[in-house]
Amino acid sequence: MTAYNNFFFIGLPYIAFVIFFVGSIYRYRSRKFTYSSLSSQFFETRKLYWGSLPFHWGIVFLFFGHLTAFSLPESVLLWNQHPARLAVLEISAFVFALLTLVGLSNLFYRRMTNPKVRIVTSTMDIILEILLLIQIILGLWVAYGYRWGSSWFSIILTPYLHSIFLFEPKADAVFALPLAIQLHIITGFLIIMIVPFTRLVHFLVYPLSYLWRPYQKVIWNWDRKKIRNASSPWTIFKPKNN
Amino acid sequence: MNVRSQISMLFHLDKCIGCHTCSIACKNIWTDRKGAEYMWWNNVETKPGTGYPTKWEDQSIYKGGWKKNNDEKLSLKSSGKLKGLTNIFHNPHLPLMEDYYEPWTYKYLDLIESPQQDDQPTARPISLVTGKPIDIKAGPNWDDDLSGTPEYARKDPNLENLSPAEQEAMFQLEKMAMFYLPRICNHCLNPACVASCPSGAIYKRGEDGIVLINQNVCRGWRMCVTACPYKKSYYNWHTGKSEKCVLCYPRLEAGYAPACMHSCVGRIRYLGVLLYDADKIEEAASAPEDQLIARHLDIILDPFDEEVIQKAKENGIADSTIKAAQNSPVYKFVKVWGMGLPLHPEFRTLPMLFYVPPLLPVMAMLSETDHKEQAGKLDPIAKFWERSTLYDTSIDSFWGTIDKARFPIKYMANLFGCGDEEIVKDVLKKQLAVRAHRRNTTVGDIKKEFSEKILNDVHLSAEIADDIYYLTSLAKFDDRFVIPPAHREEALEMIENTADTKGSTGFGFKETPARGL
Ligand code: SF4
Ligand code: SF4
Repeated sequence: MTAYNNFFFIGLPYIAFVIFFVGSIYRYRSRKFTYSSLSSQFFETRKLYWGSLPFHWGIVFLFFGHLTAFSLPESVLLWNQHPARLAVLEISAFVFALLTLVGLSNLFYRRMTNPKVRIVTSTMDIILEILLLIQIILGLWVAYGYRWGSSWFSIILTPYLHSIFLFEPKADAVFALPLAIQLHIITGFLIIMIVPFTRLVHFLVYPLSYLWRPYQKVIWNWDRKKIRNASSPWTIFKPKNN
Repeated sequence: MNVRSQISMLFHLDKCIGCHTCSIACKNIWTDRKGAEYMWWNNVETKPGTGYPTKWEDQSIYKGGWKKNNDEKLSLKSSGKLKGLTNIFHNPHLPLMEDYYEPWTYKYLDLIESPQQDDQPTARPISLVTGKPIDIKAGPNWDDDLSGTPEYARKDPNLENLSPAEQEAMFQLEKMAMFYLPRICNHCLNPACVASCPSGAIYKRGEDGIVLINQNVCRGWRMCVTACPYKKSYYNWHTGKSEKCVLCYPRLEAGYAPACMHSCVGRIRYLGVLLYDADKIEEAASAPEDQLIARHLDIILDPFDEEVIQKAKENGIADSTIKAAQNSPVYKFVKVWGMGLPLHPEFRTLPMLFYVPPLLPVMAMLSETDHKEQAGKLDPIAKFWERSTLYDTSIDSFWGTIDKARFPIKYMANLFGCGDEEIVKDVLKKQLAVRAHRRNTTVGDIKKEFSEKILNDVHLSAEIADDIYYLTSLAKFDDRFVIPPAHREEALEMIENTADTKGSTGFGFKETPARGL
């Protein structure tokens, strides 16, 4: 049993994160062309609306929820001291999880039934969507069956995850968790692990910089003045468009 | 003054014969690939008609281009920073494949391999997306030559402000007219596609103003497809990247004309450098609607002006480029002769492709005539058009023909004049005047006083009229395409630093641009 536990809660996270970081960076550097959202809206838009919107907004909320509990456990606990506030947090998280589930189910249905969308579906897309579906259902189960997640996450999982990142893994508390929670954690690592092999990479390149760049963009391959100045060595000016 | 150079284009619509050679030339070079089959970076549409994608000009559907806000500032109709980033999960105004058409091929092998039978074998159409047989519902030039049809011509968005009577008059069987509108990316000065791209993948090349999408940076957010009011940025459904006309920049850098222009049968296309003042772009793009065209043309600088030349040199524009600007046929048509107009300037992207509006459907009229004398001379078996009408291109009531045109000027003005009929009329009159002048010179059935008076009316001298005639009708290849040398020694470096790739396998993509997982 400990061997399993050690593998899933200590080995797997390291494997997952190494693959995630190395894979995503390698793919970004050497196969940048493959970084794309691979949108299929061009073929079908109505169903996508009812799938993509709830799914993305839901999962963004859940992602940042988990991230907050991971990085600011004290403030989450502080917030949760008041039962009303705890209820607000838990209920909204649950609602967003439901939203994600509905969205993802719609997306999955659309992907499997629309013949054109089917054409642009890879095996990896299907694996990923099934994994995500499992993960959300597990998450809902955990949230419903093992209340109040936001509090015990901060007490049990945050130290565990911190210990992983500090390279002094302490997973004993996790070994003792109920199976549903353990599965949720394992699937989580699995999803992180396969990011570089799926279209999920698109979330890594969410174009936030759009907010501060000017609207228009003109690129000179060379600094026009320097390039014509005989005294400047040409090799130091790299073309700016690649 | 911030002088930049732009390779710009002029299409002389009176010469376009609607042969689609340009489209095919482009397709064969650039878009004959999976995911790109439906794209026509160059397309030719019949006007009046709905175009490609269907009704692209109707921005109440597609939300392309810029709009002017109350504070006189411009913003994108469809996206912008916050809207762009939040609509990223689902772009509400994205044109779909059905707005273009589903590309297909035919199962030609069936023609050869079908077993012997009573019926002729047929080649069934097969979708290039799904590979299954399809019923063809539309194609890229589905409204070709279909002026007058309820489905196509009458749904032309440019008819909107024509009165029902005017529209009816346009579509009477005897009066029906049409012309062709070839379109490519306009390589705009205020491109909406660039502004809408959240990833910053689209950029305008400083050296020649060509607007390109960096395929390695594009993430397929599809905002440019919506934002371009001309619908000249396309989403490749296979690679998950957007693509657009590249003005054949590899050909240009090598001194060749773009494929569509090189192959143009009607020789309607001209290409040359325009120098412009980049400081004035914003002001021109946000000008009041009735001044848009004037301000747009105002940005374009005189390449013979000493100050302009000096500032251009300060900005690093090569002497050869300045020389090309001085010989530019586009400059002559647009600035010197005032005959080139931008298509739909009201979209405010400051397009750098100009059109000479077509005179022909405007001018020719049908009039009553007596055919008896002619009929007497004809061989009895010769076919004779019974009705006593004549396709009349006479020029008796000279300017009158424009006002009584069977093709309402208002319609033309909606396309090329921001609704201002005078601007369009002015260009048409110049064309008519040149015609009269040439008819006086070559045929002689028009009196000299008459043709001179007409030239005077539009402030053209006989010499200029001859120049216009030359460039319109006789111009050779090198007159039509004045391509500034891209400086071959620098051309490769426009793509990649050669020193970086020393000892490696090559330049550009070193892997096949395959779809990601
Ligand atoms: S025509 Fe469209 S794609 Fe081309 S530069 Fe203008 S806005 Fe961009
Ligand atoms: S090749 Fe020239 S004449 Fe033929 S359709 Fe194209 S633009 Fe018109």
